[in-house]
Amino acid sequence: MKAQEFLVKEKFPLFWCAGCGNGSVMHAIVRCFEKLNYTRENTVVVTGIGCWGKGDDYINTNTFHGTHGRALAFGTGIKLANPELNVVVLMGDGDGATIGGNHLIHAARRNVDVTSIVVNNLNYGMTGGQYSGTTPCNKTTSTSRYGHIEHGFDLSGLVAAAGAPYVARGSVYGIVQLEKFILEALKKKGFSFVEAISQCPTHFGRLNGMKEPAGMLNWIKENSVSVSSANQLSDSERENKFILGKFADKEKEDYSTKYLRVIREAKKIKEGGK
Amino acid sequence: MWKVEVNEKLCKRCGICSTFCPVKVFTCEIDGLPVHTYQEKCTGCNLCVLRCPDIALTLTGGKEQ
Amino acid sequence: MTKKQDIRFIQGNVAMVEGAIAAGARFYAGYPITPSSEVAEASSIRLPQEDGLYVQMEDEIASIAAIIGASASGKKSYTATSGPGFSLMQENLGVAIMAEVPCVIINVQRSGPSTGLATKPAQGDFLQSRWGTHGDHGIIVLSPSTVQDCFDLMIDAFNYAEKYRTPVIFLADEIVGHIREKVVIREVDENEIINRAQPDCEPEEYKPFNHTENGVAPLAPFGDKYVVRLSGSTHDERGFPCSRPDNADKFIRHYTDKIEKNYKDIVKVRKYNLEDVDITLVAFGGSTRSALEAMNMARKEGKKVGVLQLVTLWPFPEDEVIDALINSKAVIVPEMNLGQMIREVKRLNDFNTVVQGVNRIDSMAITPKEILDKIAEVENESSRIFG
Repeated sequence: MKAQEFLVKEKFPLFWCAGCGNGSVMHAIVRCFEKLNYTRENTVVVTGIGCWGKGDDYINTNTFHGTHGRALAFGTGIKLANPELNVVVLMGDGDGATIGGNHLIHAARRNVDVTSIVVNNLNYGMTGGQYSGTTPCNKTTSTSRYGHIEHGFDLSGLVAAAGAPYVARGSVYGIVQLEKFILEALKKKGFSFVEAISQCPTHFGRLNGMKEPAGMLNWIKENSVSVSSANQLSDSERENKFILGKFADKEKEDYSTKYLRVIREAKKIKEGGK
Repeated sequence: MWKVEVNEKLCKRCGICSTFCPVKVFTCEIDGLPVHTYQEKCTGCNLCVLRCPDIALTLTGGKEQ
Repeated sequence: MTKKQDIRFIQGNVAMVEGAIAAGARFYAGYPITPSSEVAEASSIRLPQEDGLYVQMEDEIASIAAIIGASASGKKSYTATSGPGFSLMQENLGVAIMAEVPCVIINVQRSGPSTGLATKPAQGDFLQSRWGTHGDHGIIVLSPSTVQDCFDLMIDAFNYAEKYRTPVIFLADEIVGHIREKVVIREVDENEIINRAQPDCEPEEYKPFNHTENGVAPLAPFGDKYVVRLSGSTHDERGFPCSRPDNADKFIRHYTDKIEKNYKDIVKVRKYNLEDVDITLVAFGGSTRSALEAMNMARKEGKKVGVLQLVTLWPFPEDEVIDALINSKAVIVPEMNLGQMIREVKRLNDFNTVVQGVNRIDSMAITPKEILDKIAEVENESSRIFG
């Protein structure tokens, strides 16, 4: 099926603000669906709540739209009950990394074969630009008018440390690289995670001197470095950069495959008991 | 020649296509609608189509045409 | 051909697992919590023996989310918890209601609020089981009083969940969960099992929320030939978000109506000695055991006492309780809380019947003696009525 056919064109134009990166990431995802010959029937897109949580409105595969922060937990059940499905979980930084942070690290540790794509626009867009778990220190948001005093998560580092076999960070500016990461993540057997650094011109951009729609994307471009060149940076320098590249790419047996052994052992015990 | 078509109904005039075009093929109308003016400079790199947040652009044609 | 049956001496919590498996459940996600943990342990052993799956999630929020997801993929699913975990599940319970995904949530009640007394019984979640999640909705709540109930009633729980595309709460308590009794684990006849209706239309015509009046739409699993959109947001028949007032009104009424209008199918009660009665004890769950014993003791003293056991708690068995109020001089409601079910009974009391509670919240079961004392007290206080 063609990428465009995975989109619900009757619901266009997209609900997101002018210049928001969500549409760019969604477009990349459906291009990957086409490349991998996914079908509407064998794919489930799972979302939580937030701007990116509206992504499933525009994708015409099976969809499950759950609660704020819990998309991965719904996705875990969907996948484990039918391992044949392609399960793709879309979350924002507020959704997936803040309220849902615990689910994220445990899904990575558990290694369920789902792909999560977190659009990280550094704030809560839908509720009006409040700070999230990834908002960088010193930045202004609608709830950190005097400058943010917390530090944001290095999400990809966090998920890699939790044991995910595939972790990569790209950006909407580097859309070709981002699409490559999404494709690799979808192909990976096991928990895969792609973080897409994205722009929220309406809130984060506006409050941080980048009110033009293209302004925040340009800031992302100017502050991006590759994983390899980031090695030469100090910790404080790293914190102010978007480090793009792969954080993990390894083979690791996924939960469903391992569970087949559990079933085998359990049946032996049952037969033995008779 | 490459041709970038803009779906006016989907485009939100964010300017991302024109701002980041490597060879600056776009001009903008008064309301911000991008126009593929310098068609002869277009290399068909497709980045504008890929980055467009509104899935409003399509690239057609090619060098032979 | 005769069906196999196993007679065993096990805990209520373990019998629940056998009931779930007999009902066709093949997926459990949960988070351990006393006094429900044996449900998790038994599920982890038994489900893989039946090609099912057990997964231990990071918390109760994730647990209910995972069973809703698994059910959407077509597996009958359940979880088990106790008060604190049940509180955590309330938001996603709403998702199961809104997206109309069948599942069973076992709550083995313990003393509370908060951490309370983790190993001790209570019946303090009677109202939370009805009104815990936000917004208007209907819900089915069943309550076992014996280990046999834990098996048999669990089959009903799954059947209702599948038939009405709804979460069903299995509201047990520590008494029933931990008591060991003889139980018949029988092979269940296929005809006893209800599976959710499946669509037979062309794939492009399928709408997962195109429900009939008081009925529910067929629910295809993910991965079949149908494309299924499920949503916890207010949606239209196809599952797309829809904020039109008339649409919201229609769907929210539907969530209530599909339960309330099928009252006769859903409500189960048990009547003991109600043909000839002065005092009716209205009880549920573990407290039913004390009520039955009190009834037997009172009958030996020549007192006309009967028991109305509410097996279905929600929708509340109004007709049966009204009959008890009409036919009795007094109704006594023993419950291990400060008076939750008695509010429903009093709400229905247009008949000037004496209604009094026997309540304990000190983590100890209500004794038959306490109920007998209440019977005597009511007789004395109301000697005019009792003559």
